[in-house]
Amino acid sequence: MNATPPITEAELHAFIDGQLPTERVAQIHAYLQTRPDEIQRLEDFRAQKHALHRMFDPVLSEPVPPRLQRTAAQPPTPWYQQRLAAGILIACVSGAAGWGLHGVTRPSSGLLAQSKPGINATAPSGPAARGFVQRAAVAHAVYSVDQRRAVELDAAHEDQLITWLSKRMARPMKAPHLQALGYSLEGGRLLPGAKSPVAQFMYRRANSETTQGRLTLYVSSEIGDLGNSTPLPSLAREGQNTAAAFSFAQQGDLKLFYWVDGPWGYAISAETDTKDLTRVSSEVYRQLASGTASPTR
Amino acid sequence: MPNKDQQLLNWVPRLRRYARALCSNRDDADDLVQNTLERAWAKSTLWQGVVDMRAWLFGIMHHVHQDDYRRPQLQTVNDEDIALNRPISAAQDERLQVRDLQAALDQLPSEQREVLLMVALEEMPYADIARSLNVPMGTVMSRLSRGRERLRAVLAGQAPTASHLKVVK
Repeated sequence: MNATPPITEAELHAFIDGQLPTERVAQIHAYLQTRPDEIQRLEDFRAQKHALHRMFDPVLSEPVPPRLQRTAAQPPTPWYQQRLAAGILIACVSGAAGWGLHGVTRPSSGLLAQSKPGINATAPSGPAARGFVQRAAVAHAVYSVDQRRAVELDAAHEDQLITWLSKRMARPMKAPHLQALGYSLEGGRLLPGAKSPVAQFMYRRANSETTQGRLTLYVSSEIGDLGNSTPLPSLAREGQNTAAAFSFAQQGDLKLFYWVDGPWGYAISAETDTKDLTRVSSEVYRQLASGTASPTR
Repeated sequence: MPNKDQQLLNWVPRLRRYARALCSNRDDADDLVQNTLERAWAKSTLWQGVVDMRAWLFGIMHHVHQDDYRRPQLQTVNDEDIALNRPISAAQDERLQVRDLQAALDQLPSEQREVLLMVALEEMPYADIARSLNVPMGTVMSRLSRGRERLRAVLAGQAPTASHLKVVK
C-alpha cells in the first residue's frame, strides 16, 4: 500500500470548497468512511455555506443605490458634490488651493507647481471631513446666537483661555488676531468633537451688536487622518511653508471655510460674504503658517 | 483593453453582498462599498497592472474595513440587536434562523469572518484570498477553520463566546 500523506484540516476545508486536487478527493472519501463525526462536521460547514448564500445572495439582485452607481461609474465626485449629498450646499471656490498658497508659499519652494489651482489636491473629503464641517457649523450655530454666554472664557481672560485650551488640546494654542480685519476676539470654549476635544474661538465684527456679526474658528485634531491613503506631496510640511487646500461650504446664511494642515483641521464660520470670509481665512492661515497663532509648532 | 470603468460597476453587486455580510448593517455596508470604490478610483493608475480585479477590490475593501474597524467609536446597539445576541436554540422558524445566522456571524472576529465570507459567498480560491489580504496561505486556512468552527459552535448554541474552541492544526 502506498504511503499517503495524512489528511490535514486544510484539505478537509478544500474538499468542501471544491479546491482540493482531484487525486486527493478519493483519499478524503476513504478517510471519512470510518469517521461519522467528521462527516457531520463537514456537513455543518457545507450547510453554513448554503445558509450564507440563501441569506446574502438576494443582495445581488437588489438595485444598486444611485450613489454607488455614480461612484463606480466615474472618478470620485468632487468634494463639493459630496457635500451636497450630505445636505450642505457647497460652493466651489475654484483655484482655492492656488490662492490659499498665495503669499505663503514661494514658487521657488516647488509646492505651487504641485498644487495646481482647480485640482482638488488636498481638499478634505469623506465622512470624516463631512462630520468635521457639520460639527463646526452646528457649534457656530449653537453658540454664536447666545448673547450672554457665547463663550466660556472671554477675551478679558485670554491668557487663561489659551492656557486652558493648550492644555486640553495638548498643543500650544493662540488665538489669531483679526482686529486689522475688523474682528475682535470675544473668547473661546472647549467642545467635544467626534473623539477628542475641539477648541472654538469666537470673534465679533466691530460695530456689530447682532449675533450675525459673529465669526468662529473651530480647531480640531480629529481630521488629520482623513483617510487619504496616499499623502500628496503638497501636504508635506516644509518648514513654515505648508500647502493646504481650502474648501468652502455653505449652510443657509452660514458660510464656512475649512482646511486641513498636518494633523489639524480648521473651520471658520460666519454669516458674511465670501470675500470677507476669504480675507479672514487667508489671515488666519497666514498667522498659523507663520507661527503667530494657534496651534504653534 | 476592457473598459475598467464598466468593470468596476459590474463588481458592485458582489462587493455589496460581501459587505452586507461583513457589516450586518445595510448602511454601513454600502458606506464600505462606497469607500472602497473611491479608493479604487484613487488608485486607478494601477488598474493597468491589476490581473485579478476581484482579488484587488476585495483587498481594498479589507483595508477600508480595517481602517474603519480600528477607528475608535462608540457602538450603538438597538434593542433588536441585543435580542439577536442572545443565544437562540435551534429549530425555530426560518426567519429566526436567518437572523440567528447574522447574529452568529457578528460574533466572529473580523478576520475570520472576512475569510469565511470570501470562501462561502465569493467561492474565491484560497490563494486569491491570501493575495487579497496579504497574508500567507496558512493564515487563510487557519482563519477559515477557526471561523467555521466558531460559527458552528455559536449556531449550535454551545458557546456564544467560544473561548474554548479546539485548536486545529
